[in-house]
This record gives sequence, C-alpha cells and structure tokens, in this order.
Amino acid sequence: MRYLPLTPADRAEMLGVIGADTVDDLFVDVPAEARLSGPIAGLPLHASEMAVERHMSALAAKNLSAGTAPFFIGAGAYRHHVPASVDHLIQRGEFLTAYTPYQPEIAQGTLQVLFEFQTQVARLFGTDIANASMYDGSTACWEAILMASRITRKTRAVLSSGLHPHYAEVVRTMAKFTEDDIVSLKAELVAEPDDAAVIAQIDDKTSCVVVQYPDVMGRIPDLAAIAEAAHAKGALLIAVVTEPVALGMIEAPGALGADIVVGEGQSIGVGLQFGGPYLGLFGCREKFVRQMPGRLCGQTVDAEGKRGFVLTLSTREQHIRREKATSNICTNSGLCALAFSIHLTLLGGEGLAQLAAVNHDKAQTLIERLAKVPGVTVLNDAYFNEATLVLTRDAREVVRELADRKVLGGVSLGRLFPEDSDLHKGLLVTATETVTDEDIEVFARELEGVLA
Amino acid sequence: MTRYFSQEHEWIEIEGDLGTVGITDYAQGQLGDITFVDLPEAGATFGKGDSVAVVDSVKAASDVYTPVSGAIAEANGALADEPELVNTQAETGGWLFRITLSDASELGALMDEAAYKQYVESL
Amino acid sequence: MNAVNASGWRPSMGEAGEGAGFKTASGDYGLMLEEALSFELGSSEKCGVDLDTPSRPAAAGLSKFLRKSAPALPGLTEPETVRHYTRLSRQNYAIDLGPFPLGSCTMKHNPRLNEKMARLPGFADVHPLQPQKTVEGALEVIEQLADWLITLTGMASVAMSPKAGAHGELCGLLCIRAALDARGEKRDVVLVPESAHGTNPATAAFAGFKVQSIPATPEGRVDVEALKAKLGPNVAGVMITNPNTCGLFEPDMKAIGDAVHAAGGYVYCDGANFNAIVGKVRPGDLGVDAMHINLHKTFSTPHGGGGPGAGPVVLSEALAPFAPLPFVSRGEDGRVHLVEEENAGEGHAQAFGRMVAFHGQMGMFTRALTYILSHGADGLRQVAEDAVLNANYVLRSCEDLLPAPFAKSGPCMHEALFSDAGLAEGFSTLDIAKGLIDEGFHPMTVYFPLVVKGAMLVEPTETESKAGLDRFIGSLRSLAQRAKDGDQSLHSAPHFAPRRRLDETLAARKPVLVWQGAPGEPGTPSLSEIGGS
Repeated sequence: MRYLPLTPADRAEMLGVIGADTVDDLFVDVPAEARLSGPIAGLPLHASEMAVERHMSALAAKNLSAGTAPFFIGAGAYRHHVPASVDHLIQRGEFLTAYTPYQPEIAQGTLQVLFEFQTQVARLFGTDIANASMYDGSTACWEAILMASRITRKTRAVLSSGLHPHYAEVVRTMAKFTEDDIVSLKAELVAEPDDAAVIAQIDDKTSCVVVQYPDVMGRIPDLAAIAEAAHAKGALLIAVVTEPVALGMIEAPGALGADIVVGEGQSIGVGLQFGGPYLGLFGCREKFVRQMPGRLCGQTVDAEGKRGFVLTLSTREQHIRREKATSNICTNSGLCALAFSIHLTLLGGEGLAQLAAVNHDKAQTLIERLAKVPGVTVLNDAYFNEATLVLTRDAREVVRELADRKVLGGVSLGRLFPEDSDLHKGLLVTATETVTDEDIEVFARELEGVLA
Repeated sequence: MTRYFSQEHEWIEIEGDLGTVGITDYAQGQLGDITFVDLPEAGATFGKGDSVAVVDSVKAASDVYTPVSGAIAEANGALADEPELVNTQAETGGWLFRITLSDASELGALMDEAAYKQYVESL
Repeated sequence: MNAVNASGWRPSMGEAGEGAGFKTASGDYGLMLEEALSFELGSSEKCGVDLDTPSRPAAAGLSKFLRKSAPALPGLTEPETVRHYTRLSRQNYAIDLGPFPLGSCTMKHNPRLNEKMARLPGFADVHPLQPQKTVEGALEVIEQLADWLITLTGMASVAMSPKAGAHGELCGLLCIRAALDARGEKRDVVLVPESAHGTNPATAAFAGFKVQSIPATPEGRVDVEALKAKLGPNVAGVMITNPNTCGLFEPDMKAIGDAVHAAGGYVYCDGANFNAIVGKVRPGDLGVDAMHINLHKTFSTPHGGGGPGAGPVVLSEALAPFAPLPFVSRGEDGRVHLVEEENAGEGHAQAFGRMVAFHGQMGMFTRALTYILSHGADGLRQVAEDAVLNANYVLRSCEDLLPAPFAKSGPCMHEALFSDAGLAEGFSTLDIAKGLIDEGFHPMTVYFPLVVKGAMLVEPTETESKAGLDRFIGSLRSLAQRAKDGDQSLHSAPHFAPRRRLDETLAARKPVLVWQGAPGEPGTPSLSEIGGS
C-alpha cells in the first residue's frame, strides 16, 4: 500500500526486537469481545490513486461550480480571484505539513507569518492588536461576546438584526448553556440598517452590542454613533466584518470606536470550498490582551540576540489554564491565515483599495441593471458589493428557477430567515471583481424571464 | 510585626488587623520567571483558602490563596510593570496584596518561619 | 600546446580549515537564509496583482462611509512575494522533512492526492448557499464520509459540522446537556481524568459544567473505583480518552460505560488517539455515547502550521436526536439533502442548535474521504497495526536508557511514554527535546501528560519506515546517554537550528504582537542587522 513503508520483513524483525509473536499480541489490553477479527465487512478495500480520482471526480462533476455559470452569491462567503502563486506557496511542504509552532527554534517560518498576519489584521480592522486566527467568523463572534462579558462583568448582549442569521443562531445556541442573555433584534426589509433600534436597546446591564458592517442585507451601519452610545453605558461595541475587502473602501471599525472587531477572512486568499475551512479574524484594544481567546504570536530575541517570534501569553489557553482558560480553542486556521496573508501581501494597501473600488463598481452596474427588470425594487440606499432586491414574489422559488437556467442568482432572504415571512420577497445579490458585464446581462434577462 | 506561612507557600505579615501577603522565595523558585500577576480589587472580600490572585510564568498559572479571611485593602501596583519583583524580592518588595483580617484566630492554623523551613525541607 | 588557458580560471580545492569564523555582509550563510518582515520589505504602492480600474466613482450613498486613505498595508510584486514566503518556509520543520513524533498529534504523511481532489473546481469553487440541487455531489461527499465514520466506529450517527477537535468536544458535551434537558434533569458535573488533554476540562467549563478530576492508577489507567465512587445524580457524564494520553488502552472502558449509564450519565470519548485502533476496535462496542474524530490526525488532513482541523462527532442512538444543525441526510426521494433551519421541521426538533455558520470543513471532508477510499477497510486496519508496531519498537529499543513508567506492565498502543527520572542532576526532558532539534528531528510531546514527571510522549505513526525509526532511535539513545553523562552542551541546545532558544519570558512580560515600525517607512533594514551581527 503506497502510504505504508513497512515491509513484511521489517514487521517480522521488529516483532522480534519487541518480543511478540504477532502484532495482535500488542493489542492484548483490548477485551477479546471488542477486538474485530478482520477488516470491517461491507466496506470497500484499498484503491489505487486512479480509482479514487475517478470516484471523487465523478462526485465533483455533479456540482455546478461558480466559474461555470453567472454567479452572484455572497451572504458571508465571497468569490474573489486568488492569484496563482498563493496556492503554490501554501502547498510547500514546510508550510502544509508543519505543526503548531510549539518548538519555535524550528518554526520561525510559521511564526513570522503569524506575526505578519496579526499585524495585517490589526491594521485592516483598525484595532491595536489581533490574534493568530480562529475557526471562522461565526465562532469568533461568540468568543467576542464571551470576552466582552469577562471584561464588563455583565451578561446582556444585543445582536443587531443585520447580523448574519447563522452567526446569530450560533450565538443563541451557545448562550443557552451559559449565563449570557442574548437580545436579538428582528430584521426588517427597510433601506436603513437598524442603528436606532440597537442604540435604544443599550442599558446599564448591557455588556456589548454586536453589529455587522456591512450588514447581511448589504446596508452600512453608523458604527461611530453606536460606539458612542455603547460606551456611555459601559458597554462594548463588537463589529463583525464578513467581507474584509469592503475595508479597502469603507472606514475601519476600530477607527470608528469598535472595541472588538471580528470577521471572516475567507474573501482574501481562501476559496469558497462549500463552506470551509474558513478563517476567523479577531482584533481588539491592547488593554484587553489578557482576555483574548486564541493563539498569539509575539516578538522576542534568541540567545544570540537575533530577532525571533514565539507563541506567547499561553497562560490564557486551554493547555495551561484548563477549565479556567479564556476559550477551549486549540487549533487555529493556520494554513488559511497563511493564504490570507500572502494574498494581502500581493495586494498591498493601495491594491486592496483598488480591488474594493472595482467590486463596488461591478455592484453598481449589477444593481442599476437589475433595477430595470420589471418587478424588481432596490432596497438599499448604500451598499458595498452586495445589496437586497425586493421582488414581487417569494425569492426562494425565483432562486431555484434561476438555478434551473444555470444562473446562480443570489441568496433568498427566506433561506436565511425562514421564520420571517415578511422578508421572503427579499433577494440578496452580490457582485465581485470576478463578475463580467455579460454575466450581468444574462442574469437580468433570466430574472426577467422568471418573474414574468 | 509577625510573619506566618501557609502550606501553599504564601507568607503573611501582620500589623494590627492588616496582613500583607506574598508568595515565598521557595515558591518563586519553583515557578520560574514570572511574567504576569493577576491581582484582586480593593474592597473584594474572601474567605480563608479562597483563590485570590494568579501568578503566571511562561508555561504555568498558579493560584494564590489567601491564608486569612477578610477584605482586600490594596494590591501591589508595582507588579503591573515589574512582575519580576516577585522573583527578585518575593518576601519583601514583591508582596501581592494587603488584606484587612476579619478573624485573627485563623492565624493559629499557620506556621511560623522555623516550621515553614522544616516543611519545605520535607518536600 | 596551442592555447594557454585564456580565461584565467584555475579551480582548486582549498583547505577545509577550522571553519569560516567570519560574518557575511548579507546575514545569510549559504542556504541558511534570514528574512525580514513583509512590513520592512514592502510598501503600500507596490502590488503583485494587476487589477481593473473602476469605471466611475463610488455611489453617492456610500460617500459618508469612505475611508480617507488606503489601508497601511505593505505590498510586494509576485517575484518578491514568492521569494519572501519561500525563504520563510525554509525555517520550518515539517513532516515532509522527517519524523514528527508528537504524541497524540498523529503527524502522519499528508497524501498529495488529497490536495489534488480538494482542488477540483466542483468542490473548491462552490458556495455553501447554492441551491441544493446544484451541489448534490458535494453533499454526497459529506454523506459518504459520514457513513465511513459511523461504520468504523460502530455508532449510530455523526455530527459533521464542528471545525476542530475541541469544537467537536463541545458539540458532544452540548448533545449530552440537551439530552439531559430533554429528560428534565439538571446535572452539572463532568468527570475528567487528571491525565486528560487541557481541551477536555476547558470544553466542559465552556459547556457550563463543573469539572471533577479522577486520579490515575500506578499502571497509568483511569482509577475505575475512584470514578465509580464519584458517580451520582449530579454527574452528567465522563470524558475518557481511549487509548489514553499515556498511550495505553483502557481495558475497563466497557465497565466504565456501564457504570456511568447505570447512574444516568453519558460517556464522552476523546478520539484523538483513534489511530491506534481504527479498523481493529469500534468505540461503539465499548459503550461510548459521543466521540470526536480529529480528521487532521487519524485521517491525514494537513496540519498546516496549526490548522485548520475538523472534528466530526459520532453519536450513539441516545444522543443522535440532539445533533446540531446543519447535517446531511438522504430523503425519501433518494436524494441527499442538507438539513438546516429552513427545512429542519418536526423531524429534527431536538437539534440543540447551530455551532457554526455554513456546513463545516468541506475542504477537510474531501481530503479525508480521499484518504479513506485510498486505504479501504484493510488499509485502515493496517494503519493501526503499523502505528502500534512502530511505537512498541521505539519503546523496546529505548527503555534501557530512558525510563518508561508503564513498559513493564505490557505493550503500549500507538505512542510510547518515557520520563526523565534517572538523568544526571540538572538534566531534564527539556534538554533531550532541544537536543533532538540538533539531531534533525522535531521533539516529541514534552511535559504531557502531567501524571508522569518530565513526560516524553513519542508517536511515530505508521508512515515511518523502519530505517527512519532506526535513525530516530539512534539519536534518542545518544541524547539519553549524553544527558545521563551530564553533557553540558545540551543545556544550550539547539545549536544548529535557525534560531537558538528564544526568550519566552520577555515575550510574555512585554508582549509585542504587531509590528511596531511606522507604516510606509522607506528602505529595507540591512539583513545583517536582523541576523544580529
């Protein structure tokens, strides 16, 4: 078998050294009734690369990939062009098959990348510091709420209605098992984000308010106003960014007063991959550093005075603090953080700003063209690269009919908010730099056909 | 002023009803380089044996227990910038917190310096 | 002679000499390359991507939100970027370079077919929210992997969405809490062996439980009598690792399970060490109610410098109804469906909620399924046998020099545990670990589990050849001997790695977590400055 180097002669010799007759002698501690006598019946036996490729390729071929159809889906995961060198670099064995850098002397490659990544995230978010990544945006969001609760010693968290419903559902699920009291505002199909409603909810018992920026319908909240209202009552503002490319164009949440900024890094360097692995981003004010969850990489020197990097402030983490840790998280999203960092290094600040401008430009073209389709109204006053359309009927059916016509025409609000029938005519559409003018034309034409 | 010691390697120096608490030189040697100390807030009340502070080294975090019940009068502000004082001056300038005793009879359960020295040798 | 050597080139061997003893101008030494930070090398005007130009300014509605200037992030062109990261990669040890014997991490070879399959556009370039009929092949991958995991473990069902092992632990414990809530019972204690990995008590606390510790016996197993004594109406369950963190199988696992069930609790099994028993033993036969599987351990998905992982959780009949959304199941129409909030309906009313946005680590599912199909039932069984054989070979080849606390009582499973008792005064596990770096190996897991003083946990995995093992054993024996002889040079090891020992105290006392230089400062610092000349 191509992955198993031991030969029968090796095994025999090794058993001799060990002093056992067969390898089953080494399983003597397993009770006889629990020992399987052979390979589990009903499962296939080993297969060649060729056979496995055939099997997996057939499954892949059954999916309509985004590159083969006009594609306008966002809602928390975005299709951007990832430069070819990113994927080559992350596949270098020294990155791909390396471990968590617990032995820093032979892991300076990983550690320096993490230090650069932390700096990039902090600068992008406008926060003092950032960690070495979490699983994804939704779990980072929950961790931020827990952190706010540790800092403020209060338990009431207010979720803006513009927070991605999957993120809100994760928070509500986790909070069922803790002392945290979650207030979720109800989403409305209106042009403005729910800033006023969020501010109205802030009282002395509030630990934090959680606001997505841009929000799930593509609207853009006034973070500065919300931050001021939160701080006045001793609460923290947690900003959630699901599309970090937006920060090439709109102001950073940290600069607007957000205390903790979390987000999803998938847009930069990490492909769609049907939902994972993704990349949780987490930044905050320096004074909160010892309350942060997740790994942190810090700068130091070695015994010869050379600059080097190490994982630090480990006493916050599970392997030391055990039940008193700031989180149970062990793994981060290292390889995705590397991909993000490489892509962002290739772009640079001006490149990111230009990429953002192109995204917004495409979205303007898309929205203006779709607004001309009979039965379509545009909801948003403002948007970055995605916006909500209001149709004349339930958008879920429209999306399915568009898919039958090989157009991946956005996400229905009904899929995201199944309980809120007043939202079901809403359709969230997204355009990134990967969308062409022909794609837009095809979408508009097919949408017109479906709605007619 | 009298000094007492606990089996958890805390020392407490009593003056009137005020006790100054720190960890012993033996303890700081066991912990290694101290990187951070998490101290209680003034006014907080604790029972004897409660975990009141945490002393971090690079690879460990150790709870510090108060040898007596009472209310925290103050914490050692110098440790925020110089946690290494707990290594270099564990039994003097590296004190952790001051506590107003609520029950002086609890001191009876603690060791004096000679008894603590014997205790450490037995470990 | 017709032509005398006109070029002037006369090669000569030169003398080997005592060693160079001089400093280079660049700070590099042959192929030992130093590398500055991207923030020191790049500038925000440079860009390695050719982008379109927007055809018009921002829409009026966006104007009040616009930032004043571009983010202060350095850019590099493609050649500079490739060079930067390639040079950095060479400062990393990796499985591709040599043995990585970290106990309980299962650092096995990462097959490249996995990478190729994960990158097929039908898997890589599909959005999680596409209409289901456009992604049926992806849903079938999840279903096939789920079926393999259920069959290999002998369990009833599997929650696929947790993003890592610790996340899976949380999922399992929350299923237990949901099951207790459904019975109308409030039990708030979880029993955790003192040898457990730190994520176990951290997860239990995260899930709202209080943790009580169970001691280990002198034979390195869970003290079953102590465990039984702690059972009662307040105990929600127990978290057991099997094989345990000492590398030993818990022979009383079924008895523990029976006792816990009789007391109304549930058994959570930490499946980090599944590599020792895959295809040989089914945890479902041992009374397990929930077990997470680390796809990045047993099923070869790459560690990537620290992540991403994946931690699907197999569940018993008792816990299956509480599995979180979303999950994949085959409908009456014969097609595979993604069950999420929109279509969960009455049939899944007891799901405890949602743990993560979207559906889980699809990229890891394609890799793990590729691995599993490649090995098949017979190959996976061979994996466990070879993993256990390799670990016992290391154990018996070193136990005369390095004390192995449990070696006398029988074989180990897939990992061998040594301790540093018996080394010279002042010498410890740390010296052996750092010495292994000079020998060209990544150290084994050190100082874990906590129940053994100076623990060294060696897990070679099945993808080490005998020749590779012999080299490793030779180095470990050499280091053990040097430590017993009191070789002082071990205290300053490593000597040959890209960095000497690093000042972790300084890093913790004065944390510097982001680059402190000003944004956009021109010029590159001399690399010999970075190199500490």
